Amino acid sequence: MILKGRSIVEGYTEGEVVKFDKPLVILSDIDEKKGEILGRKVKGKIVVFPWGAGSTVGSYTIYGLKYYGNSPKAFILNRAETIVAAGAIIANIPTVDKIDISKIKDGDYAIIRNNEIEIR
Amino acid sequence: MSTIWQCYSQDLEYSGIEVTNMYLTKEEERILDGEYGENYAKMMNILVKIGEIYGADKLIPITSAQLSGVSYNTIGDAGLHFLNSLKDVKVAVKTTLNPLAFDERYLDALQVDATLFKKQMEIIKAYKNMGVKTTATCTPYYYDNIPKFGEHIAWAESSAVIYANSIIGARTNREGAVTALASAIIGETPNYGLHLDEERKATHIVELDFQPRGEDFPLIGLLVGKEVQGIPYLKIKGDNDDFKLMGAAMAASGSIAMYHVENLTPEYKNAIQGNLERIEIEKNEIDKMKKRVDVELVAIGCPHVSPAELRKIAKFVKGKKKKRGVEFWVFAARSVWENHKDLIKIIENFGGKVMVDTCVVVSNAGKIFHKIGTTSGKAAFYLSKDKFGGAEVVVEDLYTLLRSVIE
Repeated sequence: MILKGRSIVEGYTEGEVVKFDKPLVILSDIDEKKGEILGRKVKGKIVVFPWGAGSTVGSYTIYGLKYYGNSPKAFILNRAETIVAAGAIIANIPTVDKIDISKIKDGDYAIIRNNEIEIR
Repeated sequence: MSTIWQCYSQDLEYSGIEVTNMYLTKEEERILDGEYGENYAKMMNILVKIGEIYGADKLIPITSAQLSGVSYNTIGDAGLHFLNSLKDVKVAVKTTLNPLAFDERYLDALQVDATLFKKQMEIIKAYKNMGVKTTATCTPYYYDNIPKFGEHIAWAESSAVIYANSIIGARTNREGAVTALASAIIGETPNYGLHLDEERKATHIVELDFQPRGEDFPLIGLLVGKEVQGIPYLKIKGDNDDFKLMGAAMAASGSIAMYHVENLTPEYKNAIQGNLERIEIEKNEIDKMKKRVDVELVAIGCPHVSPAELRKIAKFVKGKKKKRGVEFWVFAARSVWENHKDLIKIIENFGGKVMVDTCVVVSNAGKIFHKIGTTSGKAAFYLSKDKFGGAEVVVEDLYTLLRSVIE
């Protein structure tokens, strides 16, 4: 299956999907030092969630994932907003939004080519 | 350098997704293409992407920026590392900073350890290198950074955003820590939201069955912030300090970035178009939020005190003595402190402390004191959360609090 969205940060990458069904409160749901989101390891994974919420300082939390060597390979979102978009750009983590994430399941294998996502 | 933005419009064409592409000038495109270096390109890319996400047609020049993401307690080592990576950039407009974790003169009282001190100073240095004016206050609009009516600005402190939009009539969205920085460096912001006339109209009318006084203002703010997502219109009377406290509370408990007050907000006359949703607030709802706590700390100045508030305090405590067992702390912009040394002296002689560059929320105050009295609904909102120390906080009128700290 191929899904097409909008590139916030372009890139070619692939990996296993870790999916969160609810919006993430970036500042408190992400533990950038442990590389976990709500207790699940996200280092080297493709992280899928609807959108980000909460304090805008959360952009630095996303940058922190990179800084502590715990960066996911990519973010796939329903809708990008200020916190995640700015965070992903400064951390240079490939990010695609405008994706109907109900079509992606936890554990899927995703191949990202800029704004195009292939799900296997 | 990665090719984040290359061929962007082509991508959109073959993706079949409808997105409004922003108009960029030749100079803006040169910045985006990296002619001025990777960091400027990255900052421009943030503005372009945010503009596309929110449907802006273009970028517009700003006259000033106000940055959040200053306290080491909130941005940590990752934030410091990012700021240090921007060594080769300078801000393009007047840019001021939010409060930091301490006032250097009160390191013991604020329980500042060596790591916090060192890291905080490194953050300040990084901002200073970029040309940021390092007065650290949430009320830059008194002396340090005063926008005029109708000016476009990019501010990130939510209490200052709502003050600038509603009391001054300057125009800013509620910027994030990183988007405000990107705007400061580029000198522009995407043209959407509160920069546009039609997005500044009221969305709700708030009706009260009483004329608020004192602590009613911040309490109304907390309540309205929870109930309104949009721009409330209120018909109440008060002074700028009353509305400063009300707005800060609204912006803390919710996402409000502007309100209209009849006869006060410069744009109130054109604010109401068509039938708006009405919200009624009764006096007993507000009275129910009032509680009594025997406090260990009385904290005034969230947002930082105005010269008028400082004068009221000094006049009241002049020649009096502070009660033992309760601390009296006032938080102010350094510039307000410098311009009113006579008032500061009166408050210090009384036994109070007047702190600059920091505030009751971003310092360790909430972890040191467990029962706090304040005029601020915003401080009450944050300090009562576990992350900030989970103190019991009571919001009261300035004079009630002053009476409670006098021997």
